[in-house]
Parts: sequence; C-alpha cells; structure tokens
Amino acid sequence: MRNIWAIYKKELRLYFQSPIAYAVLTIFLILMGWLFYSNMAFFGRISVQAVQNPRLSSQLSATDSVFSPLIGNMTIVLLFIIPALTMRLFAEEKKQGTFELLYTYPIRDFEVLFGKYLACLTVFLVMLALTAVYPIQIAVLGTLDLAPVLAGYLGIFLLGLTFVSVGVLMSAVTKNQLVAFILAFGVLLFFWVLGFASSILGPKLGAALSHASLIEHVNNFSRGLISTRDLIYYLNVSVFCLFLTVQALASHRWKG
Amino acid sequence: MIDVQNLTKFYGHVPGIQDVSFKVESGEIVGFLGPNGAGKSTTMRILTCYMPATSGTAVVSGFDVFDSPMEVRRRLGYLPENVPIYLDLTVRDYMNFVGDLKGIPRKKKKDQIEKVLPLCGIKEVMDRIIGNLSKGYRQRVGLAQALLNDPEVLILDEPTTGLDPRQILEMRDLIRDLAGNRTIILCTHILPEVSMTCSRVVIINKGRIITQDTPENLTRKLEKKSTVEVEVAGPSAEVKRKLESVPGVVAVAARDHAGAGADSTVFDVESSHDADIRRELAAAVCGGGWGLLTLRPVSMTLEDIFVQLVTEEEG
Repeated sequence: MRNIWAIYKKELRLYFQSPIAYAVLTIFLILMGWLFYSNMAFFGRISVQAVQNPRLSSQLSATDSVFSPLIGNMTIVLLFIIPALTMRLFAEEKKQGTFELLYTYPIRDFEVLFGKYLACLTVFLVMLALTAVYPIQIAVLGTLDLAPVLAGYLGIFLLGLTFVSVGVLMSAVTKNQLVAFILAFGVLLFFWVLGFASSILGPKLGAALSHASLIEHVNNFSRGLISTRDLIYYLNVSVFCLFLTVQALASHRWKG
Repeated sequence: MIDVQNLTKFYGHVPGIQDVSFKVESGEIVGFLGPNGAGKSTTMRILTCYMPATSGTAVVSGFDVFDSPMEVRRRLGYLPENVPIYLDLTVRDYMNFVGDLKGIPRKKKKDQIEKVLPLCGIKEVMDRIIGNLSKGYRQRVGLAQALLNDPEVLILDEPTTGLDPRQILEMRDLIRDLAGNRTIILCTHILPEVSMTCSRVVIINKGRIITQDTPENLTRKLEKKSTVEVEVAGPSAEVKRKLESVPGVVAVAARDHAGAGADSTVFDVESSHDADIRRELAAAVCGGGWGLLTLRPVSMTLEDIFVQLVTEEEG
C-alpha cells in the first residue's frame, strides 16, 4: 500500500509541477466551454421557436438537449485528451532510464502500475469535477433532471477509466511518448468507429461489433440508462488492459 | 557478501556476459573494469535484480537475486550509469519518494535523509528542482538515493562521468569514506579511479572475466622487466653507449625530445625485473662527466596492464 501511495504522490507531483496537467486542463475546459455555449445557444433558439408551439415546448428539456449532447461531445474530446495524459507514464521513465532504477527498489510491478493508474484517474476526475459548472448553470437558468446527469457522469467516468487503461498499456510498450500517444489514440479511435459498420454487416456481426464499440455503451448512459451490460463492458476492457500492462512491464526481464 | 557463480546472460543469441564468477568480501571496494560494452552494466543489472541471468547464480547479502529479489533490493544501493533521477522533482520530494519505496520506516526516514544529505553535500540544494541542478549535484543526488537505506552493498556504475576534476576527486574521497563495513562495487572504464580507490580489481572484456587481483599484484605479475627513466645533459650517442655498457641493462632507448631540454636527452633504460641498477647508472653518468638531471623508476600503470591484457586476449 505504501509503495502505491508513494508512486501515486510522485505522479501527481509530476503532473502538477510540470505544465502537463495545466495544458491538458486548459485545452479541455476551453473546448468544453465552447461546446456548452453552442449547445446552449442552439437550445435558446429552439426555445424561442417553441414559444409559438405549445406541443413542442412541453417536450423541451434543458437536460436532454444541452447536457446529453455535451456528454457525447466530451467523449470525443477525451479521445485525444486522455492519451495526452497517459503517454508519459511509462514511456518517459523508460526513455530517461528511471525505469531501471525504479525496478531495483523493493517494489512490485502492480504497485507501480496502480500508483500511476490512480494518479492519472485523479487528474481525470479533477477534469470531470470542473465540468460540473455546466449542469449547475443549467440548474440556475432552467430546470435540471438530476438522474440523467448522474448517469451521464457515471458513463463518462467508466469511459475515461477505460481510456486511461488503454493509454497506460500503450505507454508501457514503448519508450517514445509520441508513439504511445498515437497507439492509444489509434486504438481508441478504432474501437470507436467499430460500430459504424454495424448496420451493413448483418444482424449478428453488426450486433457484435456495436457491442465491442466503445461509444455505443456511453450513449445509453447519456440517455440516463444504467445497465450492468455496459458497466461490465467497461470494467472488462479496463481489467484486460491492466493485465496486459503488467505483462508488458515484466517483459524487460525475459526480453533482455 | 557478493558471490557470483558462472553467470551468463544472452540477449537473444548474443551473449552479454559468459561464465562470470567472482566474490566480494564484506567491506571490500572492488573495481569492475572493462572497456565500453564489455558487460559491466549487464552484470550490475543482474546483481540489482533488474533482470535475471540466463544461467548461473548470484547471491547478494546472503539472498539469491533470482529467488528473493525483494530481500536483495532492500539491502542494496544502486547508482546506474547516467544517473536516471526524476528531473521535475525537488531534491526533498525525491528523497521522500525513494525513502518510501525503499521501505524505510517513517520515523527513521527523516533521520536518514538528514544524515545522507550533508554526507553527499546536497543539503543546501534541498528545495531546488533536480533538473535545474548542475551535473555534479545531480550525481550526488544519485549517490544520496543509493545511500538512503544504509545499504550493505553499494553498486556504483561509472559514478564520476561528467564531473569536473575537482568533483571527481571529491567523489572518490566520498566513495573511500563510505567503505567501512559496506561492500562497494565500482564499475568504470577510467583506470586511475580503480588504482586510487579499490582494493581489488576485476577486469572484464567481451563478456568474460580476464583476471582479478589487487592492483599491486597485477602490476607485479605483468611487469617482466623494470624501466628507469634517465635524463642526461650530454652528447646523446655517447651517453647511450655508456649506459648500455652498465651491467644488468637489457636495452636503452632514447626518447624523442619530448620533455627534454635543448642539450639533454631522456633515455628509457630497461633491466631485468629484480635488479636495481640505479646506483650503477648514476655512477656511469657522473663518471662520463655529464649532468644527471633525472633518475626515476617507471612502474607499469594499470593502464598498461589493462591494454596489455585486453590485447593479449584479442591476440
């Protein structure tokens, strides 16, 4: 436990004592702010039209038309923001040679991994927490349905968890940060677009592909639907990636 | 303290080291000497449990590096080549981090840091970011992290590369002071370093150990003849003839004018190993009426031994 905690503290220090965390947070918040603003502006336009149409106005909800799309937008931003957070975790240690020194301390592979993983998740949670201003603004300006918002956040958290796992794995297989970034981004993007072809490929294969697709599962959450199927999907992928990471970390022993 | 038997490591089909065996007693400083790429770092990486050997055994502080790596790591201090430390942390944060990882109890950790920082001379830079420190300071931070757990075995891989001459001297003094009851392996390709600090030398080349002995014994074993440097002011041809006539002299070679004055010549006079012919040489020069400027026995440096061994090996 103490080892995990030590690694965790060190990684958080490195995130916040170097410009990485600030650069990532700034870019993320600027993008999210702009997306929120456009969703809001669009919603405002529809609301004005809805004044003349009582049937439409009864169906209008700020949560559905501003927050749910915002969750969808956030997943796209995270697609490249998370690999930027994870790329240095192991790649930099390998490049700088600190990896060698680290592995002569009495510490186990999984302790290193969990310390780093949790530190990265913490930065991600800070990012998520800062986006809480958007639902709060909706609540101030109109009415907010709390349940779909919480479901949406749970979905995005699970998605982020999975992204971080994939990113950590890719960082553990190379000593070049850029390669780690491209690999993580590419793999995530691939599993994202996997569902696109599902409608052409026939019912069975199509269903399988859309189940494997990362994005399909978050859609349910952003609609306010929490199902164990989606939950287990994300946890499965995460655990699998972490397992592979431990194998990759041990590889310096047999690869030489 | 360290017992290495028939250690072999293959990288794919390429042998990194082959059949390396040596022992280091407790309290000894052993120099691990070899040209670049000889297998020094590979051996150290196995001893520090960074990677396992293909075959052979290594026991450090009574624990096998393969069977109980955690026990070995707890008793070990290691400073790898190029001093890989986290450049974005302050010295204080880094020391705390290393203390935690080395499993030093919380209360003792603070005392240890207080003890090690002044020892390595980095107390005054404690709150600075390591990346902003000079190379000399970084090297000392590297040494401090190795010493933090008060290790029984200290492995230093080229600890003086990149330091200025004064810092090199300081580092060597520090290493000598550290010895006490600690066992130290000093990897280097810088020869004077070994003759100045180590009680024993292990010479490795192309993954195999060529020889191991004290620096003095190595010198004695390999010196088949002794050489005396004689500088004489006088006609060089005549002086040379006179020197050659001294009994016991095997060969006389006049050096090129390097180091010699306008009217003097430096000769390397070789004699058989155990004969001391300095008195006879002096008498001969004075007898000829010339000025004797220098008379100095030249002993074989570790450098000569090293080159000789490595070339013999290749030849």
